[in-house]
Amino acid sequence: MSKKKFNFDKQLLIPIAALVALVLFNLIVDPSFFKVTLGTNSSGNPVLNGYLITILDYGSELAILAIGMTLVTAASGGQDISVGAAIAISGSVILKVLCGSNTRPETLQAPIIVAFLVACVVSMLFGAFNGVLVAYFKIQPMVATLILFTAGRSIGAWINNNELPVISDESFTYFGGYIPGIPIPTPFLIAAVCVIVIMLVLKFTTLGLYTQSVGINGSSSRLNGINPEFVKFLTFVILGLCVAVTGLIKVSRLSTINYSVIAKDIEMDAILAVALGGNSLGGGKFNMMASVLGAYVIQFLTTTLYKMEVSASALPAYKAIVVILLVVLSTPVVRKKLDKLKRKLFAKKEVA
Amino acid sequence: MGDNNKKGGFSGWFARTSDTNLLLTITIVVFFVMYIGAMVFQGGGFLKPQTFLHILNNNGALIITACGMSLVMICGGIDISVGGVVALVSMSCAVYLDRDVLNPEKYAEKPGKIFVALLIALGIGLAFGVVQGFLVAYLEIQPFIVTLAGMFFARGMTTIVHTDPFNVSNEAFVKLKDTRVIVPGLGSVNRKGIYIDAYVEIGVLVALLVVIVLFALLRWVKLGRGFYAVGGNPQSALMLGVNVKRTKFLSHLICGLLAGLAGFVYFMHVGSGSPSHASGMEMNAIASSIIGGTMLTGGVGNIIGTLFGVLSLATIQNIVASAGLGEAWWTGITIAGMLCIFLVIQSVIIAKKKKLLTK
Amino acid sequence: MKEKAVLELHGIVKSFPGVRALQSVDFTLREGEIHALMGENGAGKSTLIKVITGVYEKDGGEILLKGIDGPASIHSPQDAQNSGISTVYQEITLCPNLSVAENMFIGRTKGLATNWRKMNQDADKILKSLDIPAKATQQLGTCSLAVQQMVAIARAVDMECKVLILDEPTSSLDDSEVKKLFGLMRDLKAKGVGIIFVTHFLDQVYEVCDRITVLRDGKLVGEYEIKDLPRVQLVSKMLGKELDDLSDIKGEPKEEEENANEVPVLEAHQLQSNAGIKPFDFYIKKGEVNGFTGLLGSGRSECVRAIFGADHVIGGSVKKNGKDVKIRKPLDAMKNGIAYLPEDRKIDGIVGDLSVRENIILAAQVLRGFFRPFSKAKTYEIADEYIKLLNIKTASADTPIKSLSGGNQQKVILARWLLMHPEYLILDEPTRGIDVGTKVEIQKLVLKLAGEGMSVTFISSETDEMLRTCSRLVVMRDRKVVGELKGDELSQSNIMKTIAGHEEEKGGESVE
Repeated sequence: MSKKKFNFDKQLLIPIAALVALVLFNLIVDPSFFKVTLGTNSSGNPVLNGYLITILDYGSELAILAIGMTLVTAASGGQDISVGAAIAISGSVILKVLCGSNTRPETLQAPIIVAFLVACVVSMLFGAFNGVLVAYFKIQPMVATLILFTAGRSIGAWINNNELPVISDESFTYFGGYIPGIPIPTPFLIAAVCVIVIMLVLKFTTLGLYTQSVGINGSSSRLNGINPEFVKFLTFVILGLCVAVTGLIKVSRLSTINYSVIAKDIEMDAILAVALGGNSLGGGKFNMMASVLGAYVIQFLTTTLYKMEVSASALPAYKAIVVILLVVLSTPVVRKKLDKLKRKLFAKKEVA
Repeated sequence: MGDNNKKGGFSGWFARTSDTNLLLTITIVVFFVMYIGAMVFQGGGFLKPQTFLHILNNNGALIITACGMSLVMICGGIDISVGGVVALVSMSCAVYLDRDVLNPEKYAEKPGKIFVALLIALGIGLAFGVVQGFLVAYLEIQPFIVTLAGMFFARGMTTIVHTDPFNVSNEAFVKLKDTRVIVPGLGSVNRKGIYIDAYVEIGVLVALLVVIVLFALLRWVKLGRGFYAVGGNPQSALMLGVNVKRTKFLSHLICGLLAGLAGFVYFMHVGSGSPSHASGMEMNAIASSIIGGTMLTGGVGNIIGTLFGVLSLATIQNIVASAGLGEAWWTGITIAGMLCIFLVIQSVIIAKKKKLLTK
Repeated sequence: MKEKAVLELHGIVKSFPGVRALQSVDFTLREGEIHALMGENGAGKSTLIKVITGVYEKDGGEILLKGIDGPASIHSPQDAQNSGISTVYQEITLCPNLSVAENMFIGRTKGLATNWRKMNQDADKILKSLDIPAKATQQLGTCSLAVQQMVAIARAVDMECKVLILDEPTSSLDDSEVKKLFGLMRDLKAKGVGIIFVTHFLDQVYEVCDRITVLRDGKLVGEYEIKDLPRVQLVSKMLGKELDDLSDIKGEPKEEEENANEVPVLEAHQLQSNAGIKPFDFYIKKGEVNGFTGLLGSGRSECVRAIFGADHVIGGSVKKNGKDVKIRKPLDAMKNGIAYLPEDRKIDGIVGDLSVRENIILAAQVLRGFFRPFSKAKTYEIADEYIKLLNIKTASADTPIKSLSGGNQQKVILARWLLMHPEYLILDEPTRGIDVGTKVEIQKLVLKLAGEGMSVTFISSETDEMLRTCSRLVVMRDRKVVGELKGDELSQSNIMKTIAGHEEEKGGESVE
């Protein structure tokens, strides 16, 4: 048997094709879209500017979420729609720990790392809550996560007594902005670390094999000694961790929080990233890199729409159309029809 | 296997009653316990009939969407676009009715007509129902994905129709909006000693009519029983000679249509258009259905239960508010908590019943 | 159409991806007869029935119905119902959330509205006449399985039908209910209804049926009058071995090393699972190949599933090499060196979208642990080794397993378990639905493994395979162990007689 040195996954073609289409579109409409300049920000640090940098910056949050969402989708065949609300919780927790009882402290009341770790624990607990409902009570993932979807933002507000803490310490802004001396947006660096970590996890544990196996054939997995319920539960906990990281970036950007607006509709984008990566939303096989790439493609689309002066609130309408088109094209019923059509066309050509 | 027909006492009743009736009983009992509890322990407003009527007035649209939601859920689907549709409908109707104000050059002398607004509302609802129903039933896409996209589409379209919230000043509409239907015999005397009639809004009557029509549909019409059959076991339903695809399609169509109607009722209640209208309504509708005894897995549910589900939800919000927990976040948390409890109850009860039956 | 025929099938062909389920099957059902459709699993009975009832679209051939000129067009269960074909399926195909009455009438009433009063009255009348202990208004799900099956039968019978199809309706019924059903069938027969009856219970066939059609491997074996076909011959036709051939079969000589003191590799005592089998005893020694035999549904698979912990074990104990072990889930069994190749390759065996390589390493990987994955190079090495060893035909180790043929899929699953180096290997129908060459390869492999000291339990619907490989056979009927054959007792006719049961005494004559 021959071993291929470089195993190029066809799945990556889908997000790459979408990316190429978007790049071409922007090239034709306005090539200045691709201009990147080196400037300085308000605190005098060198930063890169340009639409491409915006994409790398904001796409990173999505990429981090897409990692967890991919695993959840693969194992449970459903999606977690509570991530936006959960981000509100984790952001709120971070601010609460950093500010203590005072909403506008002069100095941080706790090290940032402590706040982050607390947020991780809290987010993973909420992930575990979703996981228990899905894996052990066998409630459909989207419905089970609907609970947190409703309650999340309220819980976030409740943690800080509905006040909006503001952090003045500059070092806190590094996570969502720039670290002095590094002109690359920090979220991109964080996303890179997350991607490396998950790649290492997939390499040095059997997580990938287990999640795919459970998602494809739970019964068979059980007979091979895997505990399907636990695997599903675990993916939700991992997604919780991703949520905590995204929460940190989100609150760091503003140094404060708006419970009803923070990470709004991000669940839709995260799910879309998974789908755009060519991963079946019905679970099973996945390609992590494709999802991550999918996330940046979504941000590319969003930024392009923004540049064309589509208002923020109208964006969902356009994205919804993209989602439906994608899903319709990937359903077995439509695929069969397309295959038939293709065969017919080819047959005609041969006759001619 | 024991013969459950012969078992007496509670366990016999528990095992014998149909799932629908069992869950309905729980819902009604919970509602009355809650409301009477509120009357006894909090008194005040809860003793006045108008408080109860206000619950209806504030939730006419929710009752209608929840009814549609129950129907789809009974048929084994789900529709989370309803909130978005309600917002889109109220914005569209508002823009149409106030077109003489928004665009005086063109329509100065021709303000919008109410029946056209109603047609717009139903048309939007129907369009959503047809498209979503087609995608779900004939292309076999998961209803959650389809209607999630529908929700985002509707929300996005709302701001495309008009960005800013505004109050409608169309005269005929304002008159309709302020119409109060007096409920005789339920009035109360206020602090100054003046007798005030109790009233409901027109929307409430529409909502109650919808409840009655849907109840009849689900109970006596063949199509209605088809919803239960398809939701209970689509494979079996097919073998029994039910047209499964058409039934699924119609469930989404009716739900969409009802969302359109609910949009108009909502619009009559608030009298304005705004992109943030009815935010989270899909969630409340699902929660009401579940609390009302509709099973997410399909095949089990009752419209009367859904009505009580909405009332329970509204009552608990009133209780939370009057208990001094007025902060906004309590609403979300209580609904989610209640939903969670009922979901788990359903899951546990059905599992337990299965065990009882196989003993 | 033939005289008195109500239903005629000519040259019915139906293929599924990779399988030719029906190859030009003819079938005739006459007025007022009860016609048994027999065949082992995979013979094509259920497929044939689903073609008749419009669940499957046939690929070729035609269906003729009495009273309809030309070929009948049946494209959906509704069409079949309207053409006077009513069916009771093997699995209960009713809606458990509806009432008993609704289940009897849904999909076949005219008009838009439901008249509950009339429907309940009609239903009660039917229930009473058939002596079914249920109320019309009761939710179906609250009835016992037997009652549900009777309701399904009541529904089918109440329809004005010319053809009634009963696809294994008796598996959940007790004796008195079966009697009731038979009475009903005889009444309908007297009224001229043609009945197709599928069952695995031979006694029932000989009790009510007039005629038997036997299918094997999707092909028609023949149509016989019941009086012309003794039990043993029926079994031999189903299993595909003519009696004349029997003497030609020579099992490879097996060495019987009787050593009473030897501790069995695995010993089960009064083991019982929730899958409905009676408690059973079982043992297997080192290097032994034994088997469970019996017709489909006799509980063969359930026994081995209980040993492996695949079903929920509710009683009994298991000893491994003389020591008590607890096997509650498959992982426990795997840790004790037990491997299980499941009966249903598609549902329990393959993980369809994963590659051949991943499918091979799956079980061994789970045993190795979550934090100790094989390196990618190592998995290729293993996969290549086993692909070569078992001669698996695949484009590469990275091909998804679902695109392989049935036989090669089975070899991959076999490789998965061999990689675990088990002490005790259970093979449940390893040769079903695969080509002859592969079948022989697998049998050879089993003997080779046993020679190397592995204990193997081998289950197959094909008795000659069992005879060739097993030194001891546990015979099952109706979900309990009814006998054990070993040494000289092992012969095709002995097995058939033990399976057939009642004719045991007369069996000697039939073989003559």
